[in-house]
Amino acid sequence: MPTERKKPEFWKMMKNFWQTTNWESNLKVPLAAIGFGLLVGGVFVLTIGKNPIDVYLAIWKAMFGSPRAFLDVIGQATPLVFTGLAVAFAFRTGMFNIGAEGQFTMGMLVAGIAGIKLHWLPGPVLMVVCLAAGTLAGGLWAAIPGWLKAKRGVHEVINSIMMNYIALYVTNTLVLSAWLRDPGYQATYEVPRKALIRNFMGTTANWGITLAVVAVIVVYFLLWRTKLGYEIRATGHNPHAAQYAGINVPKRLLGAFVVSGLLAGLGGAVQTLGVKRRVFQLFGFTGVGLDGIAVSLIGRNHPVGVALAALLYGTLYRASASIQLSTGVPKQVVGIIQACIIFFIAADEIVRYLLKRAARKGESA
Amino acid sequence: MSTPVPFVEMRGIVKRFPGVVANDNIDLDIHRGEIHALLGENGAGKSTLMNILYGLYKPDAGEIRIDGQVVHFSGPNMAIRHGIGMVHQHFMLVEPFTVAENIILGNEPRQGMKLDRRQAIAKVEELSKKYNLHVDPHARIADISVGMQQRVEILKALYRGAELLILDEPTAVLTPQEADELIVTMRQLVAAGKSIIFISHKLKEVLRSCDKVTVIRRGKKITTLPTAGASMNELAALMVGRDVQLTVSKTPATPGDPVLKVENLQALNNRGLPALRDVSFTVRAGEIVGIAGVEGNGQTELVECISGLRSATSGRIEVNGQQVANLPPRQVQEAGVAHIPQDRQKHGLVLDFTVAENIIMRKYFQPPFCQGLFIHQRVTDEYADKLVAKYDVRTPSVQTLARSLSGGNQQKVIVAREIEQNPDLLIAAQPTRGLDVGAIEFIHNQLLQQRDAGKAILLVSLELDEIMALADRILVMYEGQIVGELSDAEATEEKIGLLMVGEQRKGGDTVAN
Repeated sequence: MPTERKKPEFWKMMKNFWQTTNWESNLKVPLAAIGFGLLVGGVFVLTIGKNPIDVYLAIWKAMFGSPRAFLDVIGQATPLVFTGLAVAFAFRTGMFNIGAEGQFTMGMLVAGIAGIKLHWLPGPVLMVVCLAAGTLAGGLWAAIPGWLKAKRGVHEVINSIMMNYIALYVTNTLVLSAWLRDPGYQATYEVPRKALIRNFMGTTANWGITLAVVAVIVVYFLLWRTKLGYEIRATGHNPHAAQYAGINVPKRLLGAFVVSGLLAGLGGAVQTLGVKRRVFQLFGFTGVGLDGIAVSLIGRNHPVGVALAALLYGTLYRASASIQLSTGVPKQVVGIIQACIIFFIAADEIVRYLLKRAARKGESA
Repeated sequence: MSTPVPFVEMRGIVKRFPGVVANDNIDLDIHRGEIHALLGENGAGKSTLMNILYGLYKPDAGEIRIDGQVVHFSGPNMAIRHGIGMVHQHFMLVEPFTVAENIILGNEPRQGMKLDRRQAIAKVEELSKKYNLHVDPHARIADISVGMQQRVEILKALYRGAELLILDEPTAVLTPQEADELIVTMRQLVAAGKSIIFISHKLKEVLRSCDKVTVIRRGKKITTLPTAGASMNELAALMVGRDVQLTVSKTPATPGDPVLKVENLQALNNRGLPALRDVSFTVRAGEIVGIAGVEGNGQTELVECISGLRSATSGRIEVNGQQVANLPPRQVQEAGVAHIPQDRQKHGLVLDFTVAENIIMRKYFQPPFCQGLFIHQRVTDEYADKLVAKYDVRTPSVQTLARSLSGGNQQKVIVAREIEQNPDLLIAAQPTRGLDVGAIEFIHNQLLQQRDAGKAILLVSLELDEIMALADRILVMYEGQIVGELSDAEATEEKIGLLMVGEQRKGGDTVAN
């Protein structure tokens, strides 16, 4: 009976996962950091004479206030899952992909161009082509700093920041050119309706979320179950030992950076097809790639953690829009809360210390 | 005989960490003017005990008395005020600062708001003269030798008024010559009325330099005895808890065909200077060839060249007749070379990988471990379990991170992995560095077994004892060249020692340096 033989194997795997996960640093510390972040943010609310409880309620409502609210959170979180995964993946090889922003932007742009220029293709084919084109664009955009890092040793942070600016201005130049611009709009023509990703109840949430979930699973398996993942993690933890083990370190660095860019690019493509429908002129960075860094950090560079952190960020995004209306507290408070959370995550030793002290107090009381 | 009150008395010290009792009711007396060795295997509890004495840890039970008075240390500053100084194994020096600046740091002579540099240097010179510890107060730490850095650490403690010096594995970082100098220094310090606690797991050194020895095993004090009259075998047995073979018994080698042939090899070091000058030698199947030499004479570069980690500028390296110089590590491995690297944490292991992941590091890309794109978890775990049992690696499970194993067990993981490659040539670079007697015995026996199984073994070590115990032929490296070859029959410590410092080749030249 094959099902009976499978079962213990599966349980062993789950037990293994449970035992090898460092729950203290992967779950307790981020959760406590979020709690401290909310608390400190509340202090700021108090200083302007408002009630922090109202703010917390507004955040809660932003997520669970109504089905539409919840869907909107999902919609806000979806692109962050992709850019968060992109940053986390590169981080596993010891590299900092600050360029997810540019790769995401290129994904949006190229998916849009493909949709507009190849409009004669049948719907499902066009959708797939758009997604693939955006994904590849992100990958290529990452390949440039990746190659420079792997072969020439140029620091990836500097290069990928520069690539962010190039992506921004390339987008604006093309969007406003006669080739793409829809007269009367600061944007391109619309991508044909047949290629768009369906949304849920007219919110920003769309079927792209399924791609995000698939990406989470694929990244997890890629990192912890495959030969490539083994090599990538070895390179990230200890490049000397990786070289000794016969791993081609420059090749792995480049490969990981490209995979990172593919993820961000796919996120951009989903954003165009699922939410924006056309590529708009940008007045600055979209912020999705940059917040991907924070999402990756809060998610401890783990795919599942990234997905949860993206949901948190989605909630805060949405809360910042409604908070001013419902409580009269300036929406910048949400920015303060975000910053406090990141502060406590980065300073995890402080959180550990606070947790330990709380535990000791509990014992003596 | 009425014994005076000891300078330091530790009574009934208990320290528990989650899951282990690191110190279990330990008593220790240190008298003025004695060198007292603290001997024990890695993880026996020596460092914990000393960290308690130095105020870094608080004991769970027990008390410390100094000159008969009970003291409670809230931190190292209090310990220092009571005349206790510690020199850590890894030095705590500020590299860009000068020697004098490091010594006075935290307790600077001032002139108003300003640092009084002249007085600082004068004080350092005075101390240095008084205890015969030669340092150049103006030199920057980054520019001086490890031996001098250690003297700076000792002076730092003396400057703060230390009466008792705790030296944590002080010889681990020194060359044999520097170690000899340190022992002379220690004698002078105790002659001046200071006391020294000498933490070590090297029996020979303890017998040579100390007056008394306290043996600790698994957190318990086993005994304290005078070193006069004690033997190495006796101490080893006390330390490990069973009889240990200190000298490996080995049969004469029966060398077969040449496996490794190195011809006129040249290579550069990391700074781009010549590190290997025209190195040629052969290692045959069934023999251990030992390479002796003072650290930094090209041994590291030689091993890296052979294993594919460094490119050669000219020359040939042949393994079983196949040219391997300048091939990538994977191809060198496939030609039949296994390599126990000298730095186990840098090259040998990925510390944040599990034991199982480290064990398959040379095989992860081959079936049955790799099937298609995927790494087969169960096969990996079963293989790792098998090796952990066979090589007696002490680990809670193969899913434990390599980082949390002791040095000896980390090394066993590497030895297991490399031997199980079933190579024709096994390179062992400093295979027992920093390990305790039990682990050394195990690894030496493994190397001899491999030799007797017909493998060619290239052993590189800074420990002369190790080379003399294992090698069938000894090559001595000096300034990137092989300056001498001795058979194990004709090798004596003195002959090798002279070759190691370049005496025979260059005559009086080096003395003038």
